Amino acid sequence: MSTTTPMPRPKLRAEKPSTPTPERLQEAKAERKMRRRHLRGRLDFKYSPYLYISPFFILFALVGLFPLIYTFVVSINDWDLLSGAGDWVGLKNYQAELASPLFWNSLFNTFSIFLLSAIPQLVIATFIAAMLDQNIRAKTFWRMSVLVPYVVTPVAVTLIFSTAFDEKYGLINNLLGALNLDTIAWKTDVFPSHMAIATMVNWRWTGYNALILLAAMQAVPRELHESAAIDGAGAIRRFFSITLPSIRPTMIFVIITATIGGLQIFTEPKLFNPSSSVPGGPDRQYQTTVLYLWDLAFNRGDFGRASAVAWMLFLIIIVIGVINFLISGTIASSSDKRRPRRIPGRKAKRIKSHPTGSLRESANDE
Amino acid sequence: MSNATLQSTARPKLIRPGRNKNFSADRRPGFLTYGILLAFLIGSTYPLWYSFVIGSSTGAVFSSAWPPLLPGGQFWTNVAEVFDSVDFWATLGNSLIVSSVITFSVVTFSTLAGYAFAKLRFRGRQGLLVFVIATLAVPTQLGIIPMFMMMKELGWTGSLGAIMIPTLVTAFGVFFMRQYLVDNIPDELIEAARVDGASMIGTFWHVGVPAARPAMAILSLFTFMTAWTDYLWPMLVAPQTPTLQVALSQLQSARYVDYTIVMTGALMATIPLLLLFIVAGKQLVSGIMAGAVKG
Repeated sequence: MSTTTPMPRPKLRAEKPSTPTPERLQEAKAERKMRRRHLRGRLDFKYSPYLYISPFFILFALVGLFPLIYTFVVSINDWDLLSGAGDWVGLKNYQAELASPLFWNSLFNTFSIFLLSAIPQLVIATFIAAMLDQNIRAKTFWRMSVLVPYVVTPVAVTLIFSTAFDEKYGLINNLLGALNLDTIAWKTDVFPSHMAIATMVNWRWTGYNALILLAAMQAVPRELHESAAIDGAGAIRRFFSITLPSIRPTMIFVIITATIGGLQIFTEPKLFNPSSSVPGGPDRQYQTTVLYLWDLAFNRGDFGRASAVAWMLFLIIIVIGVINFLISGTIASSSDKRRPRRIPGRKAKRIKSHPTGSLRESANDE
Repeated sequence: MSNATLQSTARPKLIRPGRNKNFSADRRPGFLTYGILLAFLIGSTYPLWYSFVIGSSTGAVFSSAWPPLLPGGQFWTNVAEVFDSVDFWATLGNSLIVSSVITFSVVTFSTLAGYAFAKLRFRGRQGLLVFVIATLAVPTQLGIIPMFMMMKELGWTGSLGAIMIPTLVTAFGVFFMRQYLVDNIPDELIEAARVDGASMIGTFWHVGVPAARPAMAILSLFTFMTAWTDYLWPMLVAPQTPTLQVALSQLQSARYVDYTIVMTGALMATIPLLLLFIVAGKQLVSGIMAGAVKG
């Protein structure tokens, strides 16, 4: 028996003579098999993780990273939908877009619609979350009920609301007429059209955000509320002094996701007014940036300039992301989780043992 | 002592003995809360009801000044007309295929990668994870131009495959699974499986997957919904094989818009997700409350 046997079996070795017998051959075979299995096990251990993550990275490189980088390549060329790649033009496309009133108009519309949707949405969502945060009957029913709009797809939402906002026969103008008020040109005037589009966004997302905020509110320790109540703080006072400060990180998260989503708004303005041949209203009253980008690329065939718009929008999103990171970083630094890593030695220990060090729930950091 | 008496007469409510008993975790809120929630519920559901009212009426309903509350008797006529204008079942089938394939792919690959990042040790793990998190901020929507060029080059435009490809994996899915698994599988369990001689994939299958099941369910739900509701990309790359959303939008693009038909269509396109919501609404709620969908 060879000495390299991974698992020697002394008893057998002592009994066997050194002549090759059928048993010995079988044993050697088993041993080789074992060694192979051992090797396979080691390779398995070492390389399997890469096998597990590679589908994601390969596909992501193909459909996420490559298009983004290639967008940049297209943006520095004079690229046409039909004739393909033209001359290298450097940053000319960017310059052209920065000088284009249509680009700025689209940015203005995007931010206007975003603000009109984000602010009321956040206020109402927080309020509804506070209502749900009480010990209400039929919790699950109410939680589910606020989520109904979320399962209506944006296309359907837009169709429903664009019917309701119809200037001649829509529900809203009919109602205004019945109340002897002036009807509003929802699809022609700039501000009303932004309001109408913001309403669609709000309707679909308010309940959803209320649930995220509700989760944060439930992570606030009950004792805090109780001791404040003993000290005589009423419900409203407790809401402003305890609940709101505690959910700030989640609030920032909600704001940021709303911003990223809001900057990419497309379906609602695209389908708002079917009779307009120009996407985003006859005078581009509500043409958002992604809609402008789409129009530029697929109606006018100017891939180069459309790609420049895509990259500028991407940069805006990155900037907002970085701001988010900085703000939430500042806020999260008060949580005990990250502190010891930044402050070495004795000082860290002191902070760790400090009773308020662990006040903030890590669940709120998301 | 007199001071205390004075205070108690001035602000009797605040230091009334037993006041703190009023605040407890199981105190029921008053009617105001339910009133507000009910108002919100009506606001959430009325637009859907409105689409049903319009979708079941003739065009005459538009002349009524007050919000129409009762459905008319035209619903099935209008449904028939929707069937006439779009191939409803084919587009429904397209949507189902696209959403299911995307969901299967995203959940499978996210679970695999999430498990590796959460529980396995390998070189470059930290760096690669940071990369995944960084890409969370990249909106794939902005890569539509090269993506479109790619599909055209490959001759895939117009096919269901072209619709699926851009979302077969998501950085969010990987991150979400990793976050869930890192806390929900004890390292000892994996070690025990290894000691018992299980291969890596065996460990994944017998320890990782069962532990990941709840998170996989939530991720499936959200991925399916996102894929189902997508409009921009399917409209762009494959208008020839429309998904339900694209077909729905085409209902409206006629020169003369018949809103009753459009509303019926909107309702019909909503029913599949409403059914899903009735079946899995609780999971959807818990998923959102766990911070499941972040962008």
